[in-house]
Amino acid sequence: MPKLTLNISTSPHVVKGLSTDTIMKHVVLALMPAAAFGVYVFGTGALLVMLTSTVFAVATEHLLNRWIRKNTTVNDYSAAITGLLLGMCLPPAFPLWMTAIGSAISIALGKFIFGGLGCNVFNPALVGRAFLQAAFPGAITTWTDPFKADRFFNVPSSVFAWPFMSPVVDGVSGATPLSAFKFDHVNSQSYDLVMGFCGGSAGETSAVFLLLGGIYLAWRKMLNWRIPVSVLLTVLVFSGTMHFLDATRYPSPVFMVFAGGLMLGAIFMATDMVASPVTSTGVWVYGAIIGILVVLIRLWGGLPEGVMYAILLTNAISPHIDNLIRPRVYGTLKKAKAS
Amino acid sequence: MDLFGSYRNTFRNGIHPPENKDTTNGLPIRQFPFAKEYIIPVSQHLGAPAQVVVREGQEVARGQLIAKAASYVSVPIHSPVSGIVRKIAMVPTLSGSMSEGIHIEPFPYSGQEVAEGKPIPLDTSTPEEILQAIQDCGIVGLGGAAFPTHVKLKVPPDKKCEYLILNGIECEPYLTTDHRVMLEQGEDIYTGIRYLMNATGAPKIIIAIEANKQDAADHLTRIKPTDLPVEIKVVPVKYPQGSEKMLITAVLGREVPSGGLPLDVGVVTVNIATTAEIGRLLPHGRGIQERVITITGPAIKKKGNYLIPIGTPLRFVLDHVGIAEDIAEVYMGGPMMGVAVSNLDISVTKGTSGILVFGSKDIRRSETVYPCIRCGACVDACPVSLNPSKLGILAKFEAYDKMVEDFNLMDCFECGSCSYVCPSHIPLVQYFRLSKARYKRHTALKPKSQDA
Repeated sequence: MPKLTLNISTSPHVVKGLSTDTIMKHVVLALMPAAAFGVYVFGTGALLVMLTSTVFAVATEHLLNRWIRKNTTVNDYSAAITGLLLGMCLPPAFPLWMTAIGSAISIALGKFIFGGLGCNVFNPALVGRAFLQAAFPGAITTWTDPFKADRFFNVPSSVFAWPFMSPVVDGVSGATPLSAFKFDHVNSQSYDLVMGFCGGSAGETSAVFLLLGGIYLAWRKMLNWRIPVSVLLTVLVFSGTMHFLDATRYPSPVFMVFAGGLMLGAIFMATDMVASPVTSTGVWVYGAIIGILVVLIRLWGGLPEGVMYAILLTNAISPHIDNLIRPRVYGTLKKAKAS
Repeated sequence: MDLFGSYRNTFRNGIHPPENKDTTNGLPIRQFPFAKEYIIPVSQHLGAPAQVVVREGQEVARGQLIAKAASYVSVPIHSPVSGIVRKIAMVPTLSGSMSEGIHIEPFPYSGQEVAEGKPIPLDTSTPEEILQAIQDCGIVGLGGAAFPTHVKLKVPPDKKCEYLILNGIECEPYLTTDHRVMLEQGEDIYTGIRYLMNATGAPKIIIAIEANKQDAADHLTRIKPTDLPVEIKVVPVKYPQGSEKMLITAVLGREVPSGGLPLDVGVVTVNIATTAEIGRLLPHGRGIQERVITITGPAIKKKGNYLIPIGTPLRFVLDHVGIAEDIAEVYMGGPMMGVAVSNLDISVTKGTSGILVFGSKDIRRSETVYPCIRCGACVDACPVSLNPSKLGILAKFEAYDKMVEDFNLMDCFECGSCSYVCPSHIPLVQYFRLSKARYKRHTALKPKSQDA
């Protein structure tokens, strides 16, 4: 008998081998094509915004962990996702100092105060963005035109605006398809929307690349496909009904699905595992509520875009969805009583 | 009442761990050599430990009774070898606790003939006589739980057994004992079925086999006696289908009520190897002295399915089959529900269905535990549709009452599917074992404190 010391472990002694940090890494990877496309369309400004956001999110996470004398949790990549997502849903010429503040708020108030990864009630990136929307309503609705000739060499001056000084808005400032429709009733070309050849946030415009990333994650079983399908279907059906009733007042469902931040939100933000329900049925309901809220805000609300608030509000009710919708436990006839 | 009809042929959720059965499922059962010493713990089944009826220095024959059943839920133990009782002392067991054990030294030149007992005639025996004989032969469930079989077969007067399901599922990865038993002991299985039909009065028999053992299903179909009402049902591979409740749902679409027994839905299930053992032992009135065990795992040199006498020391078994230099973990049973061995001085018991040895490089388990990210993988895996994610969080807060009353903790049968899929490597099933034990202790103490 060569060796006499044996490890003792509890069963099961084999594991599937999928790890939380692996999932998070793949989410970052899946976001890359859409982010890269954003840089291609909007230039260096978009790159700087997304980089700043990611770096500050990771740094905030690290420093907060140091502060409470815990091992750093940046290795699980969840802070990187938060930072990158925030950057992708900000305007490409957003001032970097605001980006940094939003990023720190995302981690500190969106995640850390709740107890870190796994405890956040809301999607942290959206908490940061909601703060920025409230604090800097002007800057966050200042858009850049896509495909400006000098986009790779000439960074909009607003990006490097001095902290607490109002950003200098560039001469020509475009609109997003959603705001164009909302305020001027201008319809965009569907093809441009699907491909992402239009104004918008740094990484939200390319439906194609976001879908590709989502399909990859769903195929690797790292993303609950039911959430985006439920959100998008609800938006399609609800806005389709409205469009059918009054085609002049309400935009086409295709426009609703592909414009704005819906793709990014439905695929990568609503699917935040921590803030979404755990059961399959619950997830369908969760997605449907997001979809309904998106359409309500977009069509009748004061804002052109409603994805952020729709997801945040539905995040808040997600624990209640889990509590109310439970699968029937084996061998019991009625559903388990809700507590 | 076809409420559960949609789950026919399968059960909800479950997982698909790699099967790893290919290395041993083609290897015929081989007789294991005799060891120099046998150590037979009297507590190797669920229920009361058997009572020793031999004394130190006594000579015993192979198959002779050495410990008798202490109560109804208990079985006797028979000597695995002809030899001399050297010592009766406390011995370590798999659970880590000590049990009384009988040390027997075999006679070196004995032919090891098995002592014959009183044959149990198939046709003229009453169900009670057969149940008594099954207990007298020391038969327990050979699938791993080692529950006394006669207790399970006893149909109370107010219940009726409509179906007898023979469990040839063997859903644990690596294990191939039931597979080999079905291929090699088909005649014994059918003899066993006749005894079981007599004992339970079941009009219909179903042999349930997972699709990865199609050859066994074909073989049993080929040799099936024409007079027996046996249906051989092949079901898709999924863990934990071998669990009694999941099996009944997969085969019949019936759900055993929470906290109930299979007989509540008119079913008795028996492991296929147990059936073969009944068919082999009862016609001769012999006691059980050996069982088929799959010895496998990356660190084993001579992998295979062996017929090993009960009481063979684990150390002797591993010496004989040969192990790699750097063994790290030894499991008794399968990798999903088996127990890690802390001590090689324990011996093979009636419940040992497999011996798995892993080297340090073969263990993929990660030491890093991340927080629960509520990904829902465990919810989609749990065969009884619990919410392991929520239960895991409650367990950390020691909210045992809430776990039991609001989240059906007691319906968990510890299959380990939740821990298997958890990307955060949270030892969920271990939390639940502990929580159940704590809850039971806590509720057991409650009335006492009120009396005081």
